[in-house]
Amino acid sequence: MYGARGWAVICLSSFIVFVIFPVLSLATPQDSAFHISQYWVTLLGKVMCFAIVAIAMDLVWGYTGILSLGHGLFFALGGYSMGMYLMRQIGREGQYQSDLPDFMVFLDWKELPWAWWNSDQFWWAALLVVLVPGLLALVFGFFAFRSRVKGVYFSIITQALTFAAMLLFFRNATGFGGNNGFTDFKRILGLPITTPETRMMLFTFTAFVLIATLLLARWIVTSKFGRVLTAIRDAETRVAFCGYNTVHYKLAIFTLSAVICGIAGALYVPQVGIINPSEMSPANSIEIAIWVAVGGRGTLTGAILGAGLVNFGKSYFTQAFPEYWLYALGLIFILVTLFLPQGVMGLLKKKT
Amino acid sequence: MRTLKFILFVFCLSIACPAQAIDKAAVEKLALGEADERSAAIAALLAEGDPRTAALLQAVSEGDMQTAGKRVLIVKGEQATDAVSGEAVSPLPEGREDVVANNRLRREIEGALAAFKLLSPERTARLEAAKALAGGADAAMLPLVKKALEKETDPDIKPLLELTASSMEMKSGDKETRLAAIRRLGESNSPNSRTLLAEAVTDADEDIRIAAQKSLLAVQGKLAWGERAGLLFAGISLGSILLLAALGLAITYGLMGVINMAHGELIMIGAYTTYVVQVLFRKTNFFDWYLLLAVPASFIVAAAVGMVLERVVIRWLYGRPLETLLATWGISLMLIQSVRTLFGAANVQVENPAFMSGGIQAFAGVVLPWSRIGIIVFAALVLFLIYLLLTKTRLGLFVRGVTQNREMAACVGVHTGRVDMWAFGLGSGIAGLAGCALSQIGNVGPDLGQSYIVDSFMVVVFGGVGQLAGTVYAAMTLGFANKFLEAVSGAVIAKIVVLVFIIFFIQRRPQGLFAVKGRSVEA
Amino acid sequence: MTDNANASNESGGFGHIATEGLDTTHGVVLYLEDISVSFDGFKALNKLTLSIDVGELRCVIGPNGAGKTTMMDVITGKTRADEGSAFFGQTIDLARYSEAEIAHAGIGRKFQKPTIFEYHSVFENLELAMKADKRVRKTLVSVLSSGEKDRIAETMKQIRLNDSADRIAGLLSHGQKQWLEIGMLLMQEPRLLLLDEPVAGMSDDETERTGELFLSLAGKHSLVVVEHDMAFVEKIARKITVLHEGSVLAEGSMAQVQNDPKVIEVYLGR
Repeated sequence: MYGARGWAVICLSSFIVFVIFPVLSLATPQDSAFHISQYWVTLLGKVMCFAIVAIAMDLVWGYTGILSLGHGLFFALGGYSMGMYLMRQIGREGQYQSDLPDFMVFLDWKELPWAWWNSDQFWWAALLVVLVPGLLALVFGFFAFRSRVKGVYFSIITQALTFAAMLLFFRNATGFGGNNGFTDFKRILGLPITTPETRMMLFTFTAFVLIATLLLARWIVTSKFGRVLTAIRDAETRVAFCGYNTVHYKLAIFTLSAVICGIAGALYVPQVGIINPSEMSPANSIEIAIWVAVGGRGTLTGAILGAGLVNFGKSYFTQAFPEYWLYALGLIFILVTLFLPQGVMGLLKKKT
Repeated sequence: MRTLKFILFVFCLSIACPAQAIDKAAVEKLALGEADERSAAIAALLAEGDPRTAALLQAVSEGDMQTAGKRVLIVKGEQATDAVSGEAVSPLPEGREDVVANNRLRREIEGALAAFKLLSPERTARLEAAKALAGGADAAMLPLVKKALEKETDPDIKPLLELTASSMEMKSGDKETRLAAIRRLGESNSPNSRTLLAEAVTDADEDIRIAAQKSLLAVQGKLAWGERAGLLFAGISLGSILLLAALGLAITYGLMGVINMAHGELIMIGAYTTYVVQVLFRKTNFFDWYLLLAVPASFIVAAAVGMVLERVVIRWLYGRPLETLLATWGISLMLIQSVRTLFGAANVQVENPAFMSGGIQAFAGVVLPWSRIGIIVFAALVLFLIYLLLTKTRLGLFVRGVTQNREMAACVGVHTGRVDMWAFGLGSGIAGLAGCALSQIGNVGPDLGQSYIVDSFMVVVFGGVGQLAGTVYAAMTLGFANKFLEAVSGAVIAKIVVLVFIIFFIQRRPQGLFAVKGRSVEA
Repeated sequence: MTDNANASNESGGFGHIATEGLDTTHGVVLYLEDISVSFDGFKALNKLTLSIDVGELRCVIGPNGAGKTTMMDVITGKTRADEGSAFFGQTIDLARYSEAEIAHAGIGRKFQKPTIFEYHSVFENLELAMKADKRVRKTLVSVLSSGEKDRIAETMKQIRLNDSADRIAGLLSHGQKQWLEIGMLLMQEPRLLLLDEPVAGMSDDETERTGELFLSLAGKHSLVVVEHDMAFVEKIARKITVLHEGSVLAEGSMAQVQNDPKVIEVYLGR
């Protein structure tokens, strides 16, 4: 899968996130020059979630040539699945001191809607995180790929799907907190969610998932399966005429990608402490595509790099020059598509 | 303004006939009594229908009423009149106290004053008052309404008053009165009487229940037609809005194959152009005519922006639709931010010209706003012009030629690049026109375009790419579907259902409603 | 051959043709009867009837728009016939299967424009085309056996690309791409090969060798070659079918066809 250098890089980064980072963040005094503040732990944790999403996006877009604008939805669904559990973990500590989540008390509901069945169990939440995005992708993908919805068509209808889901989740009656979504979490697995220790735990777990996702993706793209995916991207008809059922291949990778997104969403929510329907806005899904494009489509390292570059850029810009962030993001979209079809990885390759 | 005139009129009346005194006891209660007594006093005064009552009530609510012992005065500056006799009082007595009106009393007085307008000689004032009362009135005003009803002859106002009177009587204690009222309500055709009757259907008294049931059916029958017609209109209206929003896209995406995610922002630019023109006209005397300039201006500005985008960005991406999608999304972000920088993030106010405001009452309970009617006509006009442009002009010929066979068109001497630019400009310009139209019925803000982009694409894709006729059918179908579902399930669910329907429809029929079957569909 | 078809049957219906082995007991590999296809009123095929024998090399010629490509589309499942029936062997009704299933059953197709996987190496192109279990979970864990590697090497030699195993296919010359595509077809071990203008854009030398290759394949496989290059057709053809306006105008040897008055009229005009 990787050469010696590749493994060395992976081991080094693992060492940094699993050992150095926790030590610097938890064991150094606040005023030490080496101390890593909560801000950075949260930011990096967030970016790692995005990097996982970028890998998932790269698998379907970079490798298989399917530009999905529904990945924000899968991400949010994973987030909501986890969010339900976190809402139940609040218990009676909410504003209204009720067993029901605050927003339900506010809406004057007397019992949990059916979708919340078993939502106080972590294992159930973990199952939903995988099943909800996975099943949606499977069913939607089945219909779409079977009827040969391709290219821009596919992008547009996934966007419509995301948009419809956003409208649905904005409704209070849907039962997921409407506009405000879920927030004010207190505990996860019984642990208080805001302490540095819990945060570091979430951080290292996210790092673990990122590395695992990377290795899984790497294994996929270097297998014959991966070569079929790339072949579908380049000449789908030929693949079909070679005797491959392209629908199954596309469906498999699309569903896997959705599941990965769901997991990333589930890791994201406890770290940022909020999930609401705006995560489903079409803009978010398109932004995922641009992370991949910036880093370089069809390279996994590129996807991670792109997610990092764009999101660190975003967090810097939105603090330093908030009015100019949209200009910058818009320019990135235009410049990358016009001048950097291979992304940053293409630039790096050219130089070496 | 009208209120002032009216009060003046009442005031003149009161001066003209000072001899006639109004109910002394009622006036005293109004000024000195407890809360409930005061309310009763208002009712009593209303029942009399004396023209001076209005001025009297006005004085209470404006704090001009004072008392001196048992004597009630209306004091304006240094002049005072006796509230009962209407005679001037001079000099002002000592030891006066203000009559304080609390909020409840003020509200009651407001209602009473509104009811009083029923006696105004001006038809518009009476009509307005009658409409206000039909929306729900206090039973205390019944005598006044009856009094007005005796005098009323206007065919527009009289039914309204009858309805109001009936609905008031419905609430009275007397069974016979109620039954009579219910029967009369059965002859009306207003949604209000339906609500009233629906309440009465659950009444404790059986006779009333039966009578109400009968009347309710009659009203519902009459209302159903109005509602159907209203729904039809709403469907056509939404359909024409969708059509306007999607027509430009039908050209840039449908004919040229350019997937322009900034289409919504071109609509927004059209709307802002209209806003700017409107602001400029506000300083002149020709405000009502600003649309005459706004329509071409929004077309030209959006077209110019579109052409610049085509030359600078989009043309480098022909044949790479996914890249075009991303780049044009980037453009849309920048356009949104530029508008925020220029005009601020908040919505701006675009005022309708006078002839576009208001509406016509076509059916019972259905008002068709002029602005919506205007948009339907406008959409039809734009559609017709595009049809002419595409079928009868050289540009149309070239556009069709280039989109069908680029190489061939180039071979026979068509500047394909220039045609691309003009065609894209045309599509963008139409988006601008859509923005101009939308500014007449909704908010204009930087995010205006975002809310239309998904809808526009759905219309074009649903209708079948490359089919102008398909776009029209799709827009109308979706407009109707949306409105009919809305009546059943509420707006948000309707929208979701329509979106999900299109998603599945496209999967069943990827070519859209109007398919062009051919060898070259797939490469 | 029959064994292989059976193997796919055994592996279940997931994406694969689930039929008994190819039955060619009557010596016919492909049988088209009264096929009609129309696009918006334009009849691309009009009651076309055609049969191909096992091991036959058939050339199909005809003016533009005669329906040659549409015929191939119908056989390979890309286009569905409005009327008529298409059978592969005695038993496989092609109308009931998808492109992938038809390909897996043993019909290989070469397009007019060479379609290969431009970003894969020559070796990988052949590997992807190779007859194997082509279901998702098998490809995830598939490892090439030495026998399979040998077969790929053999085919590379056959198409004269044995020096370019690791070259990215997109960098090959046009002629080489055509050959690679033919090689990919061979890796599929098809019973029937459909070749749409296989020598277009080839040099004389390459054309010559392509002709030799086809002649050597005939017998083992059945071939249908659509070609405009009459010199090439003359060189390889034993039996020629002339299509015109969606149906068969004439059929027979080169000499027979050339002397057919109907053919002369169509080709030379009146």
